[in-house]
Amino acid sequence: MSAIVADGLGKRYGRRWALRECTLEVPEGSVVGLVGANGAGKSTFLHLAAGLLEPSEGSLQVLGGRPGSDATQLAKVGFVAQDAPVYGGLSVADHLRLGARTNPGWDEAGAQARIRSLGLDLRQRAGKLSGGQRSQLALTLAMGKRPELLVLDEPVSSLDPLARRTFLADVMELMADHGPTVVLSSHLLSDVERVCDHLIVMAEGRVQLVGSVDELLAQHKLLTGPRRDERLLPRDQVLVRASHTERQTTVLVRTTDSILDPAWVVSDIGLEDLVLAYMDRRVAAPTETPLSAVPS
Amino acid sequence: MGWHVAVIEFRIDPRSGMPPYRQIVHQVRQALHLGLLREGDQLPTVKDVVGQVAINPNTVLKAYRELEHEGLAAGRPGLGTFITRSLVDASFAAHKGLQSELSRWLAKARRAGLDDASIVALFESTFHASSNRGVA
Repeated sequence: MSAIVADGLGKRYGRRWALRECTLEVPEGSVVGLVGANGAGKSTFLHLAAGLLEPSEGSLQVLGGRPGSDATQLAKVGFVAQDAPVYGGLSVADHLRLGARTNPGWDEAGAQARIRSLGLDLRQRAGKLSGGQRSQLALTLAMGKRPELLVLDEPVSSLDPLARRTFLADVMELMADHGPTVVLSSHLLSDVERVCDHLIVMAEGRVQLVGSVDELLAQHKLLTGPRRDERLLPRDQVLVRASHTERQTTVLVRTTDSILDPAWVVSDIGLEDLVLAYMDRRVAAPTETPLSAVPS
Repeated sequence: MGWHVAVIEFRIDPRSGMPPYRQIVHQVRQALHLGLLREGDQLPTVKDVVGQVAINPNTVLKAYRELEHEGLAAGRPGLGTFITRSLVDASFAAHKGLQSELSRWLAKARRAGLDDASIVALFESTFHASSNRGVA
């Protein structure tokens, strides 16, 4: 089953489209990395999924329902926004009480244990917490709901390396225990590679690439050979990117078949290079055919 | 869990170029070859691994499934995943002999002026040639 199904989803702010023609499915129980440059539409997509924004066009289903449509739907989704907002004047204990009062399935024992293991003082005002502690408090609240979908908008960007690793380990432990679907946006591709099994690459409000990390990596090949016209590739090879020197041509192609041409030196591509190729793509070739035409 | 003592710990190297699940499979095989893991040993629980190295639980499950497929481990429902085969056999003494022979050969290769990269290249090409002939 799919945790998220988007079909032609779009969101417009005034005259500017933040997200357009977004069609994708997120399988239940997966950890999805959402990557793209600033302003690519990541936060908009995550806010739509959490039910905090209304779509301007297209349709979006989250856990079989319309996001944010009623209390049950809201209770199924945990959301940690980019700046990990907490109520500065309220204490840590107040936050837990608030969580308990607003969520029917609240896991009080789990939330208390988490606060203890983090070494947070229950009487401390949230406004006095460090950035890392604030994110951990926001994550505790989101996890305390026992969500079926956990949406994290750049959860680790303000954290030091140790706090970042702890945060991700905690999310992964929650996964191992309760198996929610996790969608997280991040600029840190090493983190994405570590924890994500699915990937969405966005650029300029459009989805450039979506799929399982293993499959995407298996389907992309970097071909290097004597200089030639990259338009003369076999039909089954979809060109992602090409570059030439005076003597050499390097192309990144997507294909499910073997590369038969003996003139090419074929190499695999890592996640980081793959992501960068697609992030770059929209800017380099604005008239490229949409990805729905790509074999999957 | 906490009631069992983990025999090995995994590490994930983002620069290895190997997907994380392969790294786990590789580390288990290596530990088996080195005798660090033996038949009957329990592999770390999925939750322990993700808590230690912050990777996706599905990755650990995939690695363990692959080890099961290779006949090296088996899952026992509710208990965990256990090693079902040792890869270090009883004739370890004979391996010691092979190891010292190899050390002597390496010393000889260095005296002959080969650098490390050439030694590795020579070993690999000879290894592949003999594997292909079905000798190894």
